[in-house]
Parts: sequence; C-alpha cells; structure tokens
Amino acid sequence: MNCQQAQPLLELYADGELDAAGMVELEKHVHDCPACSIAWQNARGLKKALKQEALYFPAPTDWRRRLQAELRSQTATGSRWNFLNLKWLTAATSGLAAVCATLLLFVTLARPSKEQRLTQEVVAGNIRSLMAEHTLDVVSTDQHTVKPWFNGKLDFSPPVRDLATQEFPLAGGRLDYLDGRSVAALVFHRHKHVINLFIWPVKERDALPAAPSPRQGYNVIHWTKTGMTFWAVSDLNEGELREFVQDYEATNPP
Amino acid sequence: MLPHLDAAYNLARWLTGNDPDAQDVAQEASLRAFKFFGSFRGENARAWLLTIVRNTFYHWLAKNRPAEIVGAIDEQALEVEDAAANAEANQLRSADADTVRRAIAELPVVFREAIILREMEGFDYKAIAELSDVPVGTVMSRLARARRLLHKRLAGEFKPGGQR
Repeated sequence: MNCQQAQPLLELYADGELDAAGMVELEKHVHDCPACSIAWQNARGLKKALKQEALYFPAPTDWRRRLQAELRSQTATGSRWNFLNLKWLTAATSGLAAVCATLLLFVTLARPSKEQRLTQEVVAGNIRSLMAEHTLDVVSTDQHTVKPWFNGKLDFSPPVRDLATQEFPLAGGRLDYLDGRSVAALVFHRHKHVINLFIWPVKERDALPAAPSPRQGYNVIHWTKTGMTFWAVSDLNEGELREFVQDYEATNPP
Repeated sequence: MLPHLDAAYNLARWLTGNDPDAQDVAQEASLRAFKFFGSFRGENARAWLLTIVRNTFYHWLAKNRPAEIVGAIDEQALEVEDAAANAEANQLRSADADTVRRAIAELPVVFREAIILREMEGFDYKAIAELSDVPVGTVMSRLARARRLLHKRLAGEFKPGGQR
C-alpha cells in the first residue's frame, strides 16, 4: 500500500467502516510512513474536536414542554373527534362495507391456508398490543396472580409459568381475540424485547404441525400440547424465541 | 419518539443555524412524526424522526432561504480545494468549542448535515445514506470534503505559532 491508497482509507478507518483486511494493510502502512502517521493523528484530532459535548444543542426545556402539551392536546382532540363525529362514522361505515366486500372477494379467490391466516392474526395481535401500549390487563410477575386472573374470563385455564430464572421474566397477561374466540395472552420480557404467548384450547385433529414462520419482521413459533395450542410471537431473533419455547415446555406448571 | 427530541432539536439547530427557526422546524417535524407514528415499522425511531426533521428543514429552506438550496441541489458546484492540511501535525484536539462551532456553521448545508449525523449522532454510512436519501458513495464524499474544509479552517487557527 502506498500513501495515495492509504490517505482516503484513513477516514474510513477512523469511522469504523474499513473491513478487517483493509485495516491490517493500513495499520502496517501508517506504522511505517511518517506522513500518513501525521494524517492519521490529524483525522483523530478532528474527530475528537467535533465530538465535544459543548457542540451538542440539547432541546430547550420550554420548547420541550410546549411540544409535549401540544402532542397531548392533539391526541385528546383526535380521539374525541373519532368517537363523536357522526358524519365521520357514517363515512367510515360505508367505507368499511366496501372494504369488507373487496375482502370477501379476495378471500373467495385466494383463500390462505389456516396456518397463514392464524400467523397473520397472531402477528397483528402482537403489533396491536404494542402500538396501543396495551400489552397487559393484569400486571404481575407472579404466576399465582396471573393464572387466577383468567378465571371466569375464559372457558379454560391456561398454563401460566414464570421463566425468570431462564431470563424470560413474566410481565403479566391479558385477554385477546384470535381464531374466532377469546384467548389468553401471556407477556414475557427479554431485555427490551416483548414476547406475546397466545394460548387457547384446540381439538387434537385441528392441531397444526409446529413450525416457525417469520412475518413482517416478527418471529412466530407455534406448537400444540395436551389440547392447547401455543403461539409465541416476538421481535426477538428466531434462536432466542426457540430457546424461550424450549424453556416454557421444560418448566413444570406450578 | 419523545426520548429523541434532543436529537431532533440538535439537528434542526445546526441546519437552520439559529434557535427560533430550529424550534419551528423541530416542532413541525415532531408533530408530523407523532401523527404518522402508527405507520412506522422500522427499528430505529431516532433515524426515522431525523429523516422527518431533515425533510421538514429542506421544505423550510426552499421557502425561506432559496439561495442556500443551490448548494444542496448541486453539491459538485461546491469547490473544495485539496488542502495541505496533512503536511504537518495540527493541534485540533485543543480547539475550543466556539472555534469548532464557527467552523461547522460555515460548512455548506449538505456537508454540515453529514458531519452532524456522523460525529454527533454516530450513525454509520449506510444509515446516513438512507436518512439523506443518497448513495453511500455520496455520503463518503460529503464527509471527506467536509473534513477537508474543517481541517483547513481549524489548522489555520491552531497551527503552533501560526497566524491567528
């Protein structure tokens, strides 16, 4: 490597964008070449000068407060309008009717498999819960609180387990609606990720073969055991979600 | 989104060059981002918000300072001569914040934007390219030219025994 080749690479190196092979060659050249060594020092000096904290303009407190107030008032008027404006409702209803008709046509023409449909429902359920920030109806890390909470709300009792020791702490549960029925949704955390585990009873002959199926950036794993079907969905990577499934299966119900 | 308001304001402040305009641009962008947050599917909410700040800024620029937008559209027209900044060691490390701030503020807007996103926000080339809607090669050339200009300005002021 000569100086002409080295000079443009110095910046990439300082930015952490140079590949390993390039790094080795460049380091060797800079080590042997006084001119490039100075250029390297200068590049680092400039970087350091630009990273001074004093150069960052934090948001003024007044501005931040005004903006937050504005956001709150927008959210408030938004929902009032949604629910009270009759004209809007009428328009929405007729729009919805048109959408339904199109959907019906689509469904008749290309009926997706039961598995595809359920995967879609489960992912939608997951996204819905995260968007509305409504992941939990009962907030508890204690399985003995979460399990009884479902009594009287469902016609079955979901197996609730806490996997805190496996680093998937239980955060709580809520009711959800999937596959045309009320289901239990348990929520687990791993670091900042959320795992939704949907559970409902199925007849053995309706059970779908277990399989992972990623969709819209979410990983989905489902399986069936002792008359219950389980659908785990999360933005975790597939390996970690699989680990969660294994841990859940390996833990005995209380 | 709310945790990234500092980043939104900082970028708007550097792009507009003053506080009142930065407040306007960052506020409009944040309100817009909040409105469309439901349609956001990506991973990086900060990059997404800054994309909106940037777009809002260029609309604002076209309306309020149309003369400045020339450089943003035809950046090849921005002459950057090859500075001999690397011939000798400079003392940029000791450059005080005010001097550096002035030097950044004098950069053409597309260069300034690339420097802020790289050095203050720490985005990699690919993220900057997506955020500013240009190829990665353009990001690299913008950063290189921006740094040449900064070297030139700052080395002139900080050369040991140099004229000041």
